[in-house]
Amino acid sequence: MGKASFLRDRLLPIGTVLVALVAVWYVFVVVLNAPFERDQAARAGGTIGFMELLPKTMAQERPVLPAPHQVFAELWDTTVNKAVTSRRSLVYHAWITLSATLLGFAMGAALGILLAIAIVHNRAMDRSLMPWVIASQTIPILAIAPMIIVVLNAVGISGLMPKALISTYLSFFPVVVGMVKGLRSPEQIQLDLMHTYNASSAQTFWKLRWPASMPYLFTSLKVAIAISLVGAIVGELPTGAVAGLGARLLAGSYYGQTVQIWAALFMAAAVAALLVIVVGFAHSLVLKRMGARA
Amino acid sequence: MTAMSHATAASTVVSAKSLGLTFQTADGPVTALTGVDLSVEKGDFVSFIGPSGCGKTTFLRVIADLERPTSGTITVNGMTPEEARRRRAYGYVFQAAALYPWRTIEKNIALPLEIMGYSKADQKARIERTLDLVNLSGFGKKYPWQLSGGMQQRASIARALAFDADLLLMDEPFGALDEIVRDHLNEQLLKLWAATRKTICFVTHSIPEAVYLSTKIVVMSPRPGRVTDVIESPLPKERPLGIRETPQFLEIAHRVREGLRAGHSYEEHA
Repeated sequence: MGKASFLRDRLLPIGTVLVALVAVWYVFVVVLNAPFERDQAARAGGTIGFMELLPKTMAQERPVLPAPHQVFAELWDTTVNKAVTSRRSLVYHAWITLSATLLGFAMGAALGILLAIAIVHNRAMDRSLMPWVIASQTIPILAIAPMIIVVLNAVGISGLMPKALISTYLSFFPVVVGMVKGLRSPEQIQLDLMHTYNASSAQTFWKLRWPASMPYLFTSLKVAIAISLVGAIVGELPTGAVAGLGARLLAGSYYGQTVQIWAALFMAAAVAALLVIVVGFAHSLVLKRMGARA
Repeated sequence: MTAMSHATAASTVVSAKSLGLTFQTADGPVTALTGVDLSVEKGDFVSFIGPSGCGKTTFLRVIADLERPTSGTITVNGMTPEEARRRRAYGYVFQAAALYPWRTIEKNIALPLEIMGYSKADQKARIERTLDLVNLSGFGKKYPWQLSGGMQQRASIARALAFDADLLLMDEPFGALDEIVRDHLNEQLLKLWAATRKTICFVTHSIPEAVYLSTKIVVMSPRPGRVTDVIESPLPKERPLGIRETPQFLEIAHRVREGLRAGHSYEEHA
């Protein structure tokens, strides 16, 4: 029953959607790439039949929309067939971006938690800090990213750090918002209880506010790690970076290598999914240790 | 210190003189308590009964230093409520069990002990003893959600008993429970009171509960919150549940009901 329901409840619906998406994708491949083939045929002074055109739309070198099998061939070629230290390996580029993502995420989470603690414990901080935190996120990251890179470069910081800082800039926000809510989530009665014990604010924090905020923390960390990756990729775009998923995207668009772009996009999506799964796993592990219902 | 004043300090646990508390709200001042004169002696079981808004919970919160009075004086163990709270003079049982869901029952009972710095070995001994007192032995490793409402409230009583406070403040602890569970817990509470010799202040709005449990019943009425009657119960200390059908019991219950009615008619004329 267990296996059968896994097939019926998980594999079947997800598989159906996947098959449908791939089918739609192939339809668009034919539709979008056909004009180029007709053009080519016209230049050669002839016309092209549909049955002749069909396979050609799926085998172009620089298609408007590459076919799924082209993208996966590229993915296979650049992950399995290349040494991971090679500059042509997508794993190498993914690692460059991932390291900036993880560094930025760690800094963003730490900054977010510290700001939330300050905001919850200090009225003046609550009044003065929160508007700035919100304002920081209204500035488009694409506008501010090049300036961060340039300014940091001018003071001699380059390489991993500027990208990580852009990740930090994006990822601290959901952590602040989530943790302020989480640290304020204990009910009045639970706080009163601490008061009757004459507990210090440090004791109230570690024994009540912090454990009560855990569900909020992990929910915001899931958002934070995904946008950390976005931040790292965006950070690679204006630098003319030579390595990283962002660099692959940029190089691909310069040279019209759509297959390479799509392969990099899929790699980024896979990395993001992996990161969110890891945080989700940590989430359920912590909640389980805190006695949550199975 | 004279022998006289020492004797007073030793036997009077709570002493309030013309105590008043006015909350400042957006709709103007609300008088929650006015002119409350009351003393609670060591070993008393005092019930506070009255309709909602009569200030019975507020009075308990004043004893606990969770609210500050705006007039009059109050002492707890001969100190201000704040000093008494700092010396951990009382255990407080809230309307809801307020157990921390991420802690097991024994860890919940350990919470005040951790905060007050009891040793690990002492914590263990106290957890075992108090779990036994509230008949929850063997449930220490369970999480709160695995227990019924009555068991959760018993665990919260165990938590209040775990440290050495001689005063137990209980704010409608069984208010959310059904009557069958409530009868059972009332009986257990009396046994616990006899076994621990604590002083108990107990807020309720159930007349049978107040009469069954108390050595002293404080009848209160609302708007403004004040004491309308203080009844010293003549019932014996040993009280089987059947005592609630005796004429003596019904007589006290009648007097409580009369006191409550008097408070209400005042309100209707106003």
